[in-house]
Amino acid sequence: MRRIGDAPAVKRLLIGAALVLSALFLLLPLVAIFAQAFSQGVMVFWANVSNYFTLHAIALTLGVALLTIPICLVFGVALAWLVTRFSFPGRRILQTLIDIPFAVSPVVAGLIYLLLYGRNGWIGNWLDGHDIQLMFAWPGILMVTVFVTCPFVARELIPLMQAQGSREEEAAATLGARGWTTFYRVTLPNIRWALLYGVILTNARAVGEFGAVSVVSGAIRGQTNTLPLHLEQLYQDYNAVGAFACAALLALIALLTLAAKASLEWRASRREALS
Amino acid sequence: MNQRASRFAGSTRVLPGFGLSMGISVLFISLVLLLPITGLFGQLAGLSLAEYWAIITEGRVVASYMVTIGAAAVAALVNAVFGLLLAWVLVRYEFPGKRLLDALMDLPFALPTAVAGITLATLYAGSGWMGKLLEPTGFQVAYTWVGIALAMAFTSIPFVVRTVQPVLEDLPAEVDEAAMSLGATDGVAFRRVIMPHLWPALVTGTGLAFVRSLGEFGAIIFIAGNMPYETEITALMIFVKLQEYDYAGASAIASVVLFVSLALLLAINVWQGRFVRRLHGGKG
Amino acid sequence: MTLPALFRRSVLAIALGASIATPAMAQERELLNSSYDIARELFSAINPEFEAWWQEEHGEEISVNQSHGGSSAQARAILQGLRADVVTFNQVTDVQVLADAGLVAEDWQQAFENNASPYYSTTAFLVRKDNPKGIESWDDLVKEDVSVVFPNPKTSGNGRYTYLAAWGFADQAFDGDEEQIQDFMRTFLANVSVFDTGGRGATTSFIERGIGDVLISFESEVNNIRSEYGSDDYEVVVPPVSILAEFPVAVVEQNAERNGTSDLARSYLEFLYREDTQRLLAGFNYRVHDETVVEEFADQFPETELFNVEDVFGSWDEAMETHFEGGALLDQLQRR
Repeated sequence: MRRIGDAPAVKRLLIGAALVLSALFLLLPLVAIFAQAFSQGVMVFWANVSNYFTLHAIALTLGVALLTIPICLVFGVALAWLVTRFSFPGRRILQTLIDIPFAVSPVVAGLIYLLLYGRNGWIGNWLDGHDIQLMFAWPGILMVTVFVTCPFVARELIPLMQAQGSREEEAAATLGARGWTTFYRVTLPNIRWALLYGVILTNARAVGEFGAVSVVSGAIRGQTNTLPLHLEQLYQDYNAVGAFACAALLALIALLTLAAKASLEWRASRREALS
Repeated sequence: MNQRASRFAGSTRVLPGFGLSMGISVLFISLVLLLPITGLFGQLAGLSLAEYWAIITEGRVVASYMVTIGAAAVAALVNAVFGLLLAWVLVRYEFPGKRLLDALMDLPFALPTAVAGITLATLYAGSGWMGKLLEPTGFQVAYTWVGIALAMAFTSIPFVVRTVQPVLEDLPAEVDEAAMSLGATDGVAFRRVIMPHLWPALVTGTGLAFVRSLGEFGAIIFIAGNMPYETEITALMIFVKLQEYDYAGASAIASVVLFVSLALLLAINVWQGRFVRRLHGGKG
Repeated sequence: MTLPALFRRSVLAIALGASIATPAMAQERELLNSSYDIARELFSAINPEFEAWWQEEHGEEISVNQSHGGSSAQARAILQGLRADVVTFNQVTDVQVLADAGLVAEDWQQAFENNASPYYSTTAFLVRKDNPKGIESWDDLVKEDVSVVFPNPKTSGNGRYTYLAAWGFADQAFDGDEEQIQDFMRTFLANVSVFDTGGRGATTSFIERGIGDVLISFESEVNNIRSEYGSDDYEVVVPPVSILAEFPVAVVEQNAERNGTSDLARSYLEFLYREDTQRLLAGFNYRVHDETVVEEFADQFPETELFNVEDVFGSWDEAMETHFEGGALLDQLQRR
């Protein structure tokens, strides 16, 4: 049976257009990053990457991302469970509230945390009195990163869990399964891919966040400098190659993330085909 | 709704975990999202209504709204067309490199915006690869509003592709087979049969892309040129106020962006909810 | 240190949560210098010298950390709790803000020599090879075919100096005739082709993107750019009349006391006035006060007439109020 757009000419035209536009629009910037990073050879690239400050920035960035993921995971699953399995007044508002981080410009996100937890903020003032410093130290970076990334897991799960409905869980529950058992045995297998995809997006964003982190980090080299901040500083220091070397590292993390996602989807689709 | 499910209809609380998930969600939303936002309004409380109005309607700020909204609208429209094309090609056709193209769609999400900004500026400036290519045509991208729209389009394209794609995948083959068997041409069949199914997703995706573009800073600032009244975006105006220690002013402008974005997001969510309900109602 | 070890340690530090405020290497005393963004290389060169000197004098191992950003943004961060022990800024107002908040002593400008400014500079021009547009002074910048690049005065202290320098020149040229000065400034601002948010962004626009006929920045900066990007392609022009740009330093006493680094902080800033350090500073193209060094580097710094912000504008506060605040003169001059 013929489907819309199956005529060879149309097909070729559309595929061609999609490939050319994507190459120009998406692939070219990626190529440009690596071209710039290696423009003075592998040795210069390596010297920039293996620099102490760069290594520290990599470690801090990955450390913050590693802490962000479990926090966002717990919240995302809880929220998705809540809004898809129960109906209660205010459900729609709750669902819109988690979009706040999308609506707030990252610089403003950093600012509002600074206003609250900074030395002049009402919480920050109290903390300062007890000699606890959140802003301009890694906890502050973690806090704004969680703010910026928290919608991703929930946003991946909600449509899926809505579409799947709650029949299976309800059946398990009426058969006497305990709450956690139901979740592990019934829900988790169903949402596992979406969950992983959410984690991957969270990780990508956590690693790359710039605007919000730049406000609360203090950018102390070797202490609170994340990789995107370090990149910007190198760029400002006329070390374009060093900056693009960091950009290439970040792009590499992005590519690994995307590859992980693609392989997940491939496995998921193969499982589907098999069953 | 099948019989097994309808047995439980009305007893929605048969599932456990309401209290726990409600507790976690409300605690998290209050602490992480709402509490900091109160800081923003705390700053606004220091302003009289007249002062607030004066800040958000100052000539240069209003010009920045125009630039931001205009460029975001152009970027969203371009993305609607481009995103639809990409989603269609990715769902309907098999071709070498398809998996790669599919993975590439998420690149703008995964790439830090500052990296995107620096790279785009390098590419499209007069000395860059694309800039050299475009120079003879006299078409300037970097440091004009076209550059702003370009950066916005780059950072928000995945929203459209990733919203339209699943809907297109779920569309049963019978839909277009029926249309084709009636003898309609591809163009007519697409417009009359496919689009009605797609456009809710398309509008949602485009709307999200638009909202995202309104707040974008890192990717744009390098390529914008930042000329007053011409290529200054609203996020830059907030940044400028911050540089002047003017927290109240920054909060005032930020609140405008926040309200507009939240209103749009709420509208999208409500509308999407209606659509899902209509869809399910139709199926039942 | 290997990457895995570093990674393990930072994860450990994060996991323990024990080191909330203290950095990873907390055994030795540390000094945090909060500075403007283009001074990174400068202090990367000075800090090891100071560490070695302190080790020799006191037998104590210390380390100096750096934080850089826009001068105003740095001051703001300190107000909000960044625990910097000393500040080395490029604008007097940014230190004054800290003094007003009680973090820095009220009489900070008397705490060190020369208004607490161990080195100074002025604004100068960088033009393309052979100076094709023949730019020698400020009035060449208002010609119709000249396009100018300098950072946005709204976001950059560097940009503010440029604006004030041009104004000061016009003030002198037109004998204080306000209308003529404003006309001059309006044309000058209209000739700007890109307003980057910071000095380095402007440099990138001028050098890498090839925009504009002249880049205006600190004299130190344009000289550094020229040596960085090739002395054959660019020329430095120091206008006969320009502004005195001071680089004020101060001890953030509240933080230093808390960190137990008051003695270190004071020595660090005094160290900037020592002959060797002054020579190092001159090597970075900053003008210095030490007479021996001034003589050594006499060829490098053309004689110019430098005016004070205070002389032309009364005070920094007044300059900020009449020119840079929302709706003030800068906004009016740029209105279309």
